[in-house]
Amino acid sequence: MAEDVFKALADPTRRRILDELVERDGQTLFEICTRLVTKHGLTLSRQAISQHLAVLESAGLVLSRRRGRYKFHDLNTEPLERIATRWLRPETPEGTP
Amino acid sequence: MRIHLTSVFVDDQDKGLRFYTDVLGFQKKHEVPLGEDRWLTVVSPEDPDGTELLLEPSRHPVVKAYKDGLAADGIPAVSFAVDDVQAEFERLRGLGVRFTQEPLEMGQVTTAVLDDTCGNLIQIVHSK
Repeated sequence: MAEDVFKALADPTRRRILDELVERDGQTLFEICTRLVTKHGLTLSRQAISQHLAVLESAGLVLSRRRGRYKFHDLNTEPLERIATRWLRPETPEGTP
Repeated sequence: MRIHLTSVFVDDQDKGLRFYTDVLGFQKKHEVPLGEDRWLTVVSPEDPDGTELLLEPSRHPVVKAYKDGLAADGIPAVSFAVDDVQAEFERLRGLGVRFTQEPLEMGQVTTAVLDDTCGNLIQIVHSK
């Protein structure tokens, strides 16, 4: 799980997505794409953004929810807290896979 | 060449007409009976001879997949110009309209995206 978080954060586009979700939770894929293009000049395809979102989701940094016919994405900072406290307040040794 | 007509697929033409006229503020231009359906178009009162919007029935079998796919990802079917997105957002929200994207300022352009209750997302936009 921790490895997934590091992998997810290693990519600048994925960090930008998180930056934008801080500003407003509950964004559609369309809004995320619009923000990346207009605010950051990142002209990736929708499919590419969708794949980045899947990486963020599998790391638990983004949670998606369906409401009616629409799908919204929220930021979840909980995995970051675990990373931040891992060395600051070591309590639980890393589990062996 | 100019854009004469564009269309949105509505699940129900009566419901569509009500939403596009009573809520969004367009006016009916043509209503021609065509079997079970009608050739039903609306125009902007600001430009009654301008581009018509056809409220096309969603009956064709591929339409559902098209609409569901766009809706899930929040992609608008069509975009309308307004004077002030924030003001229009407040007005429409007051009428119970649901937005999938609240007003978003992006340099010269402000946009928002709303649900037309007939299966489509509509973008509204103004430029500075």
